[in-house]
Amino acid sequence: MVTTNKIKHKWGMVVDLDRCTGCQACVIACQAENNIPINTKDYFQQRRAYEWIRIERYWEGEFPNVKAKFIPILCQHCENAPCEPVCPVFATYHNDEGMNVQVYNRCIGTRYCSVNCPYSARMFNYWQPNWPDSLRNQLNPDVTVRTRGIMEKCTFCVQRLRRGEVNVEQRGIEPLTGEKITGERKLNYRQMQEGNYLPACVQSCPTNALQFADQYDETGPVKERFDEANEIVEKRHHGEHIDENHTRTYRLFEEVGASPNLIYLKKVEPFPLEKRPR
Amino acid sequence: MQEGKPLQSKQINRELLLTILNSPKWFFTTVSVLGIIVMVAMGAAGYMINQGFGVTGLNRPVMWGFFITNFVFWIGISHAGVMLSAILRLSKAEWRRPATRAAEILTVFSLMTAMTMPLIHTGRPWRTVYWIYTLPFVPYDYARGIWPNVRTPLVWDPSAVYTYLTSSILFVVVALIPDFAVLRDRTTGMSHRIYGLLAMGWQGNARQWKLQIIAGVLLSALILPVFVSVHSIVSWDFGMAVSVKSWHSTVFAPYFVVGAVHSGVSAVAFVLILLRYVYGWQNYIRHEHIDALARLLVVVATGWFYFLVMEILFGFYGREADEIAVRDYQFMVSPWNIWMMIFVGVTYFLPVAIWLSRSARRNLWIMSLACISVNIGMWLERFLIIVPGLARKQLLTFDWYTYTPSAVEWIIVGGTFAMVTMLMLVIARVVPLIPLYDIKEGEILRTEIKIGRVTVPAVFRED
Repeated sequence: MVTTNKIKHKWGMVVDLDRCTGCQACVIACQAENNIPINTKDYFQQRRAYEWIRIERYWEGEFPNVKAKFIPILCQHCENAPCEPVCPVFATYHNDEGMNVQVYNRCIGTRYCSVNCPYSARMFNYWQPNWPDSLRNQLNPDVTVRTRGIMEKCTFCVQRLRRGEVNVEQRGIEPLTGEKITGERKLNYRQMQEGNYLPACVQSCPTNALQFADQYDETGPVKERFDEANEIVEKRHHGEHIDENHTRTYRLFEEVGASPNLIYLKKVEPFPLEKRPR
Repeated sequence: MQEGKPLQSKQINRELLLTILNSPKWFFTTVSVLGIIVMVAMGAAGYMINQGFGVTGLNRPVMWGFFITNFVFWIGISHAGVMLSAILRLSKAEWRRPATRAAEILTVFSLMTAMTMPLIHTGRPWRTVYWIYTLPFVPYDYARGIWPNVRTPLVWDPSAVYTYLTSSILFVVVALIPDFAVLRDRTTGMSHRIYGLLAMGWQGNARQWKLQIIAGVLLSALILPVFVSVHSIVSWDFGMAVSVKSWHSTVFAPYFVVGAVHSGVSAVAFVLILLRYVYGWQNYIRHEHIDALARLLVVVATGWFYFLVMEILFGFYGREADEIAVRDYQFMVSPWNIWMMIFVGVTYFLPVAIWLSRSARRNLWIMSLACISVNIGMWLERFLIIVPGLARKQLLTFDWYTYTPSAVEWIIVGGTFAMVTMLMLVIARVVPLIPLYDIKEGEILRTEIKIGRVTVPAVFRED
C-alpha cells in the first residue's frame, strides 16, 4: 500500500472535554477495531490493561457537591515525541503525516518509550494475547495481532487511512458511500480528508467530543483550534499575557515540550464549585 | 610507613599461590551450591522469557523495576576496579597493592553480570541480541540498513559498558602476565602449557618489565575517562527521560559516579576481608589496607551524600506539583518512607560513623558490616530512584500505581549475586587474586637501611 498522494497531511484530533460524558464508547470501538486483547479483571488489577484510548475519571469537590470529570487519553502523536529518540531500534518514529508510528516487528521491548511517555499511552504486551474461539473470526484483518513482549499504542487507525488511500487513489471509490468517483473528483484528494478517514473512536463518539481531521485543511474542523493553540504557545514563548478565560484550548502537559497533535478543549470554571450560586 | 614484617619473595610465592596449586576442601561444595543457585536463576529467567513478562511485578506506570535496579547496582560495583587500580596507581598510593587485582577482577565479573540484566529485561531478548548487542558473532545487520538509534541512552549504554569491559580485561591481563609466568614455572602438563600461552613468553628481563609498566600506566590513564563516562551514561538512562520528573535532573551523572565509587570500594573492601579470612592472607591484606580504604570511603561517602542532598534539594527547588508528588511518595508514603530512612541510614550515617573511629576501622567484623550495609543501601538507592519516579510519573493521578516484585524477579536478582561470588571463587582457583610482583615490588620499596643515625629507603624510584 504505497502512498502516492502529493498533498501533505498532518492529522490532528481535538477532544472537547466539555462534551465528553465518559460513556466509554470510544474505548469499545478501539478495542474492536484494533484487535486489542480482552481486558480481564486480572489485567485491570495488575494495571496491565490494554487501553489505546482510556477514559480517566476524576472527582471534583467534596460530597455531596461532587462532580465527575472525564478525560479521554490516547497517544498524543507528539511532534516532538519523547518516546521516539529513546528507542534503540527505531521501532517508533514520526512519519510525514504527523503520526507517531510503532513498528511491531522491530520492537524488542525495552519499555523505554513507555517510561518516557508523559501520558502513559503506551501499552506493553505482558502476556501473549488470547481470544476465546468465538471471537477469533471477529479480528480485524487490516490490523496486526501483536505478540507478547512488544509495545503497542494508538495508531490513529492508520489502517483506515491506508484502506482509504487504496480506495480513493487506486480504485477510485469513495470510501463511505462506496460509489465510483468520476471525473475530476478523483484527483481531488480532499476525498480523504474530511469525513472519509476517521479513527474508530471518533466515529463512535455519540456527543462529537472527538474530532479528527487534517490540520492543513482550511475548511476542516480542527485547523482553527490548532491555530489557536499554536498562537497560545507562541505567546507563552514570548512571555505575553494569555487570557485564560477566553480560550478553551490547551495541550496536555505542554511544559514537557512534546507538542502533541492532540488538543483538549475545556472551559475554565469561573469559580470553584462550592461557591457557585444555586 | 607500612606495618607488618617484611616478606621474602619465596614466602610470597608460596602463600599467594596456595589457592591455585591446591584448593581447599570447601571449594567444590561452595562453588556447586552457588552454581545451583545460578542455575535456578537461569531457569527463572527462562521461565520468564517463555511465559512473558506477566510473571514479573511490572505494570503500566512502573515499566522498569528490579532488573534495571540490579543492572545499575552491578555497574556501580564495577567502578571499584578502576578507582583502586588506575587512580591509586597513578597517584602512587602504596596501600593499593594487594587490592588492585581483586578489584579489577570484580570489575570484569560485575560488568558481565550487569549486562545480562538489560538483556533479559527486554520483551524479546533474542531480537535484542540481534539488533543491539554488538557481540563478535552478531554484527549489526547493516546490509539491510538496520542500524541502532544512536540518539538513545540504551545504545550509549552497551557502547560505554563494552568499552569499559574490554579495557578492564586488558588491564587485568597486562597485570597478570608476570604472575602467569610464575605459575607457568610451577605447573606441569596441561596447565603448564596454558599458563605458558597466557604468559606470552615472559622472561622477566628489563625490557619486558619496562613495557609492562608502561602498558599499565598507559591503560590506567586511558581507562579513567571511560570510568567516568560509564556511570554517567548509565545515569543518563534516567537523566534523559524528560517525562519522569524525579529522573530528569542534570545532577545525576556526578551523583551516580560518586555513588558507584562508594558502593564499589565498599564491595572491594568486603572482598578483601573475605579473602583474608578464607585464604589466611593476614600478611598481605593487613589492617592498614582496610584502614586506608575506610578513610578513602569517608571522603567518597560524604561526596555522595552531598549529591544526594542536592538531588533532593533541586527537586524541591522548582516547586512543581508533579515533582512534589514524587517526593511526597518517596518521603511520606509507607513503605517507601521506611525504605528511604533505612537507605540513608545504612548508606551514610551508619558506615561513616563506623569509619570515623580508628578502632572500628581496624576491626574486620565491624568493617564487613559497614561495607555490606553500604551495598544494601546503594541497591536501595537505585530502587528508590527508579520505582517511585515511575509510580508518580506525571500528574495523571488516575495512572498512579506501585510496584511489588514477584518471586521470579527476586530469584533472578539473587542469582546475580551468586554468580559474581561463584565467578570470583572460580577465578581465585586459576589466577592469584593478589598480584605477586606488585607485592614484591612493594616489599622492595619498603626496605630501609641505616646510614649512621638516619634510616633511609634502600631503593629510590626515579620518576
